[in-house]
Amino acid sequence: MIYSAKVMDHFTNPRNVGEILGADGVGEVGNPKCGDIMKIYLKVDHDIITDVKFKTFGCGAAVATSSMATELIKGKSIKEALQMTNKAVIEALDGLPPVKIHCSVLAEEAVQAAISDYLIKKGENPADYGIKEPHCEGSCSCCDHCGE
Amino acid sequence: MFVYADNAATTRIDPDVVKAMMPAFGELYGNPSTIYSKGREAKEAVNKAREQVAKAINCRPAEVYFTSCGTESDNWAIRGIVKHYAAKKGKHIITTNIEHHAVFECLKALEKEGFEVTYLPVNEEGFVTAQQVKEAIRPDTVLITVMTANNEIGSIQPIEEIAKTAKENGIFMHTDAVQAVGHIPVDVQKMGVDLLSLSGHKFHAPKGVGALYVRRGVLPDNLLNGGGQERGRRPGTENIAGILGLGAAIEKATSSLERDMEYVSALRDRLIDGILKNIPQCKINTPSHHRLPGTVNVSVKHIEGESMLLLLDMNGICATSGSACASGDLDPSHVLLAIGLPHEIAHGSVRFSFCAENTVEEIDYILDVFPKIAQRLREMSPLWEEAMKNDI
Repeated sequence: MIYSAKVMDHFTNPRNVGEILGADGVGEVGNPKCGDIMKIYLKVDHDIITDVKFKTFGCGAAVATSSMATELIKGKSIKEALQMTNKAVIEALDGLPPVKIHCSVLAEEAVQAAISDYLIKKGENPADYGIKEPHCEGSCSCCDHCGE
Repeated sequence: MFVYADNAATTRIDPDVVKAMMPAFGELYGNPSTIYSKGREAKEAVNKAREQVAKAINCRPAEVYFTSCGTESDNWAIRGIVKHYAAKKGKHIITTNIEHHAVFECLKALEKEGFEVTYLPVNEEGFVTAQQVKEAIRPDTVLITVMTANNEIGSIQPIEEIAKTAKENGIFMHTDAVQAVGHIPVDVQKMGVDLLSLSGHKFHAPKGVGALYVRRGVLPDNLLNGGGQERGRRPGTENIAGILGLGAAIEKATSSLERDMEYVSALRDRLIDGILKNIPQCKINTPSHHRLPGTVNVSVKHIEGESMLLLLDMNGICATSGSACASGDLDPSHVLLAIGLPHEIAHGSVRFSFCAENTVEEIDYILDVFPKIAQRLREMSPLWEEAMKNDI
């Protein structure tokens, strides 16, 4: 497994690790069976993400994509953060090995889940913001969708 | 500090082995199949290596066939036997659910060709019993193939008893002894097997050379078609350098076997004790008995294997993991699942494997670094956070 220097940097010195007590939005995606879980905490002020933290169980790429995703949405508005795609995370990390692309998908979904939670708490409907239910890639044999 | 703790993956070539191979890169360039002195010289060298292997595993030199690797030996043994004897005996094969991919995938391919395979489940320590084998035998069983020692957790199977059962029922018995040869006593007479696979690079010979023991009178079909090398059973011009290396390495490994086993077992036990003392919520996946001297497989709960390997590597420690993420597979190790680990704990496994070249200082260095890595990743893990909350 060859990771880019950027991935190794974000894995060994992950940005924004931790949790936010009294977070305005929390999102958790993934499945321990598949080997990765990401949890993202948001602090939001007037629709601006003022702080973001994460905790991740997973491989080097899972940690690095979580770290990069939090960097990409920090200081952004909710609408801007929703524009962040897994491709943007991959590009910002100078690429990922093909088998690790799903980690970037998970990072995008974790951000969307945290924003969803924030919107619901605010009494809004995430669907109005174009947030879909997390979709399954159908590529593993271990999660509830794909396996068993 | 640099610590090579992945000797079950491969080993460093021993300098004495390199020395033994050197003639093949110089004047010993003749083709052993030729009649003139240059060729005879090479043939003699190959046969000397054959004697070294035969002596190490207690068989006749004529029962040793050189191959390109352990995978080839496994494939040849299994495919060769079932193809030759299926018409007479039947199309049923018995094995375990913790075999190496070289056996496992070969059997999967045979299933597609109409063979039937029984995969015996191991218990939570990674063992099958002769009784299980006995109960699985059918009138059409042609082959039993059970590994001698497991590559991931190090469990050693009761081959002698299983082979006895096979013999009583007139069934051929093969064992993949790739992880065992050079590390524990391997005596084909005592074990009573008909075929045994071994691979040089697991005991300080180079990669690219292996051997298959075939008991006299047992006739597996050839895997390759070609010339008359290896008494017409394994065509292809001999890998003289590799064969010389294999011979020297197996001789050296066997000569110091008892001493090395004792020394390496002590390293293993020191690491296991230290891990249990210094890392809470760990599970040792290596069994407590009938195990290889040098293998330690441990699951660190609530974190994932590949991230541990990356951090170990940054500290100069080479190890491996049964995590799906580390291998690029989608599922964690079939061996760890077979001993009953849930997926998430199998994902958090690390295997350290040692040989006589490792030192106590290296073990202590791992024991200094590894708990810190576990702690660091746990602080990042939402599963650990949850476990801690439930603990309070």
